[in-house]
Amino acid sequence: MDGFLFNAIIYTLAAVICVPIAKRLGMGSVLGYLIAGILVGPYGFQFIQDESQGQDIMHSTEFGVVMMLFLIGLELEPKNLWKMRDLILKVGLSQVIATSALLFGLGLAIGIDWRIGLTAALSMALSSTAIVLQSLKEKNQMDTPTGKFSFGVLLLQDIAVIPILAVLPLLAIAAPEVAGDSHGGFLEHQPGWVQTLMIFVAIGLVVLLGRFGFGPLLNWVSKTKLRELFTASALLIVVGIAFLMEMVGLSPALGTFLAGVILANSPYKHALESDLDPFKGLLLGLFFMAVGATINFNLIFSDAASVFSLTFGVILIKALVLATIGKVKKLSFPENLRFSIGLAQVSEFSFVTYAFALQLGILATTTSGMLMAITALSMTLTPIFSLVLEKAILPRLEKKNVNNSRDADEIGEKNKVILVGFSHFGTTLGRFLRANGVEATVLDYNPDQVDFLRKMGFKVYFGDATRLDLLHAAGAEDAKILISAIKSTETNKKLVELCREHFPKLQIMLRSKNRYEAFELMEMGVDSIYREHLDTSIRMGQEALQKLGFRAHTVHRLAAQFRKYDEDSLKILVKYRGNQAEYISKVKKQIEIQEALLSGELSRKFSMNDQAWDSEPLKDQQEKY
Amino acid sequence: MRKILVLFAHPKFEHSDANQALVDAISDLENVQVRDLYELYPDFNINIQAEQETLFEHEVIIWQHPFYWYSCPPLLKQWMDLVLEYGWAYGTGGIFLKNKYVFNAFTTGGSKEVYSSTGRNRYTVEEYLRPFEQTAYLCHMRYLPPFHLSGTHSITADKLREKGREYRELVLSLRDAAEITTPYLQKA
Repeated sequence: MDGFLFNAIIYTLAAVICVPIAKRLGMGSVLGYLIAGILVGPYGFQFIQDESQGQDIMHSTEFGVVMMLFLIGLELEPKNLWKMRDLILKVGLSQVIATSALLFGLGLAIGIDWRIGLTAALSMALSSTAIVLQSLKEKNQMDTPTGKFSFGVLLLQDIAVIPILAVLPLLAIAAPEVAGDSHGGFLEHQPGWVQTLMIFVAIGLVVLLGRFGFGPLLNWVSKTKLRELFTASALLIVVGIAFLMEMVGLSPALGTFLAGVILANSPYKHALESDLDPFKGLLLGLFFMAVGATINFNLIFSDAASVFSLTFGVILIKALVLATIGKVKKLSFPENLRFSIGLAQVSEFSFVTYAFALQLGILATTTSGMLMAITALSMTLTPIFSLVLEKAILPRLEKKNVNNSRDADEIGEKNKVILVGFSHFGTTLGRFLRANGVEATVLDYNPDQVDFLRKMGFKVYFGDATRLDLLHAAGAEDAKILISAIKSTETNKKLVELCREHFPKLQIMLRSKNRYEAFELMEMGVDSIYREHLDTSIRMGQEALQKLGFRAHTVHRLAAQFRKYDEDSLKILVKYRGNQAEYISKVKKQIEIQEALLSGELSRKFSMNDQAWDSEPLKDQQEKY
Repeated sequence: MRKILVLFAHPKFEHSDANQALVDAISDLENVQVRDLYELYPDFNINIQAEQETLFEHEVIIWQHPFYWYSCPPLLKQWMDLVLEYGWAYGTGGIFLKNKYVFNAFTTGGSKEVYSSTGRNRYTVEEYLRPFEQTAYLCHMRYLPPFHLSGTHSITADKLREKGREYRELVLSLRDAAEITTPYLQKA
């Protein structure tokens, strides 16, 4: 059972089976890949015979991390990076120093040799860029405070790799000539000032190439109109920089990140992103699987007590340090939990340091095996913790937390309109009402949003609109209309029930995400339902038709008709919702009618009873006279 | 050279050969602006300020439209209702249209004969155009005789081309003649 094709099948098959299941269960792809790795690994179906094979794969696919940082750099413009400098330096640096100091101290306390302790402490202070960023992206949390803090920490950790690799040889007990030429690069043998100089030259080169070199290169290549050549150039840029960085002993990930940031303003940004993204995804996937495959279950089970206690200990210490920093930096409690648990695993980079330290003779094989097991285990456990946190703890906590930490605002005004939810949707609506002299009592559930909007001069009240007392306070008895501009159908349904029961005179207008949610609300008997995309998409289509040369007024009428038609068909379709087969046939029928109606207009038969301004029938008539 | 403004209103221009021919005949002329109202205001939300400014800049105004139910299409009526404001177009201080020339250039499906006291429509087109004439009169404008393209339901391509040329010549003479000698009606 050898051969490249067979291996390729095993890996891809494992991924194709495990990842969708994991995602389905809400675990995120990282955990899916890890489990796939465990399954194909030496303790699963044994497609990978031993850990060293897994490690080989891991080393060759580590490049996915490099690519990921390049892509992240692409999305981060230089000025935004500059804005983050405080975060990176303060939060990141204090995390690395505090965590490694604590771990080192603990190691000393339990009687581990200080060299081993320092190596392990420094390696374990770092968190896994691959896991954390991938998860943040999947959960769409890159722009939240959690995302920003995590990113700042990870970026500094990537910088910290350089001094850590520099310090390790100094700890070597064995003969220094064993010193890894694989990691320090050839500059290892140069005097210090040459090394420093070369580092600056290399960074300068990356900046210069990014500014003036890559643009013309990509331009030149894209003129050939050969798409694969463009992909090749993109790969060339990333691989080239990684190589250069390794040569001078810098972190390749950091170098490509820098290049990415410089190219963030380039016109090729999106082309680069779309070309490199699949490579990154595949490499990272393989990388995670390799991590799963390297978990040495024999070692874990032979000494389960110490492996697990050490793993949990490391995770705990890391999380505590992160949580303290988060607390000092005033992250909200749920955000802080996400941040500290998300980053609590040990970095993939530590596999490199253990191997390096093994070569240097700092670590014995068993110790390094143990450390690797702890690392891999922590990488597997934290996504699980995050999952539990996200699914079970945070939802309750956020609700409770909000209720505890902040009481609903006193509402000092009574208006004809109560507007629930002041997101972009609600703001636009509220502005339009206000522009026409109609003030609404605005309620929102997101404290940050409320504070922000208050600063902007909007009178917004904080509180959960599904609470009866709050609705009373907002004047629901005397108000005419309650407008819900919130996305959640669940909340909307609750609102409807509550208002029906306690404020029967209040007219309800609801925003709904799509037709399926509209169905649910229609079934409750609500008439005024506004699908959030309907008008915008029709308007876009309208202008597209105009750009194609259609007459504006014709398009205007068509659009109005289309919208009315769509609303009407919804009222018919809702009756068949329970019956899947019938529903589908009804939908098809409705679409057919809709298309016939519209193409009818183009062939001059606007519809059966609309021959407005059409002189055809008159002409026929006249011939008969 | 006079500046000429054609206020063109046709709700279904894409299906009108007659008006297409008329518009094509004049749209390339210098100092002639064709303002396609249904394209500008598909939702009938007319920008009054912009319309008044445009009117003010031109000396000859042409209301070009098909004849629907013995009058103009609704957007042109809407235009008159909104743009010809009291105090601007007529009444106290309403002097901004004074001495401008104006007339209807319109198309009818029926022939000239249909529009007569003995025809199916019983009245002449001039009689049907009285509201326009009176509007111009009240605004101190000079109302010129209408340009009528009749029988469009059964018109030949040659005839249409000929009427197009005729329209073009009329517009050119209004633009270029040292003095407009055509008799007009204006409030004393």
